[in-house]
Amino acid sequence: MTLSRSLRLPIAARPAMTEFAGSRLTCLRGERLVFVGLDFRLAAGEALVLTGPNASGKSSLLRLMALLSCPWRGEITWDGAPVAEDPDRHRARLRYVGHLDAIKPVLTAEENLGFWAALHRNAGPERQARQALERFGLERLAAVPARYFSAGQKRRLNLARLLLAPAPLWLLDEPTVGLDQAAVTRLGEVLAGHRAAGGMVVAATHTDLPLPGARHLHLDGFAPAPPDRGPGPDRGPGHEETWS
Amino acid sequence: MTRFRGLVGRDLKLALRQGSDATVAVMFFVLVVVLFPFGIGPEPNILARIAAGVIWVAALLASLLSLERLFQTDFEDGSLDLMALGGLPLELVVLAKATAHWLVTGVPLLVAAPVLAVLLGMNRDGFGTLELTLLLGTPSLSLTGSIGAALTLGARRGGVLISLLILPLFIPVLIFGAAAIDSALAGLSARPHLLILGALLAAALPLASVASAAALRQALEQ
Repeated sequence: MTLSRSLRLPIAARPAMTEFAGSRLTCLRGERLVFVGLDFRLAAGEALVLTGPNASGKSSLLRLMALLSCPWRGEITWDGAPVAEDPDRHRARLRYVGHLDAIKPVLTAEENLGFWAALHRNAGPERQARQALERFGLERLAAVPARYFSAGQKRRLNLARLLLAPAPLWLLDEPTVGLDQAAVTRLGEVLAGHRAAGGMVVAATHTDLPLPGARHLHLDGFAPAPPDRGPGPDRGPGHEETWS
Repeated sequence: MTRFRGLVGRDLKLALRQGSDATVAVMFFVLVVVLFPFGIGPEPNILARIAAGVIWVAALLASLLSLERLFQTDFEDGSLDLMALGGLPLELVVLAKATAHWLVTGVPLLVAAPVLAVLLGMNRDGFGTLELTLLLGTPSLSLTGSIGAALTLGARRGGVLISLLILPLFIPVLIFGAAAIDSALAGLSARPHLLILGALLAAALPLASVASAAALRQALEQ
């Protein structure tokens, strides 16, 4: 069932060798270095799970990947071309689900999704919104204002945005927070369908995600050394030259 | 264009369902103007003389009132992040939100202004010009105000900061708005003043959207 659904996911223009990568990324937030010299690489159909303690930069890395902020050092590339050269094109190929739910409490579930579907230049926003609600088991709540939703239902509504318009790269910030087991299973099906159609997933998490065969990236290995308290924990070799 | 309309429509829908912004702005406008006769005394000549200025100052303050929340709620719930990723340039997002702000807070002022002009005993010759100046001037206020709203995103006590940043920028609109009405009342042509108000609006359209979009990008980087 998952496969038949996934095959219908129309990923437009699927090049054979899509690669999303970042090299020697250094993130500076305020006056604080979050991570130093981070590399990642992701091919079509692959998933990358970001793990690490609080404040290790998982969300910051996702925001860098979404071009919502710029790396202090280093470069993010798509098929070898730096994404910063054509930011609009990169933004068009990604979907970002952050901590914040971006849900308006006075609008119904369908209106919330319909707005985002229309913003993604979708031809039939209402129909798309209804289908997306169905995939996350929210079809009976379509006409209910979102202020009556529980935290888990809001999370599902937010995740349903992923299905509004096809995009090859999904960036998820702790997608399973507040979800029950059935919803996690549904999310797993959706993610598997996306990957089977050649999509990529990058997810930050503290729990187990339904992403079989995903690569893991532990961000605590890229933490900078505290300048006055000796070397940092688990700091991999070879990052000294970036920290100046 | 449909996406632009979609964004304006969403903001209007939000404003109508939440219901407070439009009524608060227009009630504030009416109350400020009504306070003047109490403070100055019911001297018809004086009130008629200051009517144009009073109505315009009250309109500035009323449109300032809800500016703080122009981007604030979308910023806080993450919608602004998604709009930045959504494919519609941020400049157009700003224009759409300023348009919705004007429709919600500016248009009710246009409706209430003639009633207040009667209340202050303004000569009927000035009514048409009063409406024209508000029609040309209040969109400039929403646009200019969007710069302040974008710059103060994430700042504590942003509302006070907006007033300090933006009220000086409102002065040209105030000068020419009030002057147009005064010349109409004096039997002179209001046309030059109205043309300058139109020019201010024409300049604010591109400048405010570019400036606000730059400020929003800055805020999203944090």
